[in-house]
Amino acid sequence: MSGAHRPWTRDALDSALVEQGHGGRALVVVPAWNEAEALPAVLVELSSKIPGVDVLVVDDGSTDGTADLVRRSGTASVVSLPFNVGVGGAMRAGFLYAERNGYRAVVQCDADGQHDPADIARLLAELDAGLDVVIGARFAGVGTYQVGGFRRIAMKFLASSLSRITGTRLTDVTSGFRASSARAVAVFAREYPPEYLGDTIESLVVARRAGLSIGQLPVELRERQGGTPSQSSFKSVIYLGRAVLVLGLAVLHRGAGKDDA
Amino acid sequence: MTTTIIGVLAAFAVLVLTVELLRRRALREKYAVIWLVVSLVAVVFTVFPGLLLRVSQRLGFQIPANFVFAIAALVLLVVGMQLSLEVGRLEDRSQRLAEEVGLLRHDIEQLRRELAGSAPTEPVELSHAAARDDRDDRAADDDGDAGGSASG
Ligand SMILES: Nc1nc2c(ncn2[C@@H]2O[C@H](COP(=O)(O)OP(=O)(O)O)[C@@H](O)[C@H]2O)c(=O)[nH]1
Ligand SMILES: [Mg+2]
Repeated sequence: MSGAHRPWTRDALDSALVEQGHGGRALVVVPAWNEAEALPAVLVELSSKIPGVDVLVVDDGSTDGTADLVRRSGTASVVSLPFNVGVGGAMRAGFLYAERNGYRAVVQCDADGQHDPADIARLLAELDAGLDVVIGARFAGVGTYQVGGFRRIAMKFLASSLSRITGTRLTDVTSGFRASSARAVAVFAREYPPEYLGDTIESLVVARRAGLSIGQLPVELRERQGGTPSQSSFKSVIYLGRAVLVLGLAVLHRGAGKDDA
Repeated sequence: MTTTIIGVLAAFAVLVLTVELLRRRALREKYAVIWLVVSLVAVVFTVFPGLLLRVSQRLGFQIPANFVFAIAALVLLVVGMQLSLEVGRLEDRSQRLAEEVGLLRHDIEQLRRELAGSAPTEPVELSHAAARDDRDDRAADDDGDAGGSASG
């Protein structure tokens, strides 16, 4: 392949996968930023509800000892980033880790206990059924999770736009609970959008462009089990504006590499 | 005439500064080119004000100052764009490096642990401890165990 590594074609991806071998297991990647309060319970729950699965916490420049806590737990590995790069960058590190260590799938799971580890097996089952990216979606008929006012309108708008772009009905495109097949991992390890909202919205456009199949699975979202959410509600107007901008740019983006010039 | 002198001095100052920064390798050549061109043109125009007048009239500007402002705005626009591009690229690279650093740190920790765990622990550590304990033993016979904490 010449210098430019995108767009990925299915054939190129398949041969890349054959080279590194299809074997391996699923990896749960937990992006965490100052989650010392909620993370311990999440790690315990992960190892009890899905015993034997490998867990990687990506500590994103936390200042509250999140990384040490994971090391002491002994049930998860930790990648500690030298400074905060955001969820997108943290996940890209997770995908790189998964690819280099030959995992067959990656499940992204929040560190605040909002995602029920019991659903991970169901997400993985959807991958086995042939999907490349499965979103654990709220608002899909299961659970009682509510989002207020303007933010809800924003999320609805984004969901319908991305449903059209991806050609699949999606109800919750900002969910951080998702599973990626080995094929998707190979794509995301190279270009998981690190910017604001890149990890949720733009990543779906990237997946679509790479020819990956996308779907969703209804899940129940629980309350945060401690700590504070990174977004405050009064920023939702700005949120919509930025989301629309991100989405528009993602669609216009032709996959021209701005790195490795 | 003082304005002309100030203009010439300022243009020369930028030129000298650019060359000096280049000489000290504080300024990279790819950013210096535009400043060199700007300061050279400024020197020429301040030394020969008549030239500026003729060029701006030829281009249809009623007041030479407007011509200068237009050029200045254009130059700053290009410079600002170039810097935005560069900063974006640097950000992207530093972020990728941060990810690699995190992954490498993980691997080093893992290797350390493996070395500490899988090195022929029992025999080697015991013989080390024994050697140390031997010396301790000679000093204080019964307290050999107290000095053996290193083997645990
Ligand atoms: N790596 C990384 N993770 C983050 C960052 N900000 C939030 N997170 C994690 O992303 C997950 C979701 O964050 P949260 O604040 O709960 O967002 P919400 O669930 O969308 O309200 C949690 O696991 C956070 O620890 C960040 O800057 N870097
Ligand atoms: Mg949350």
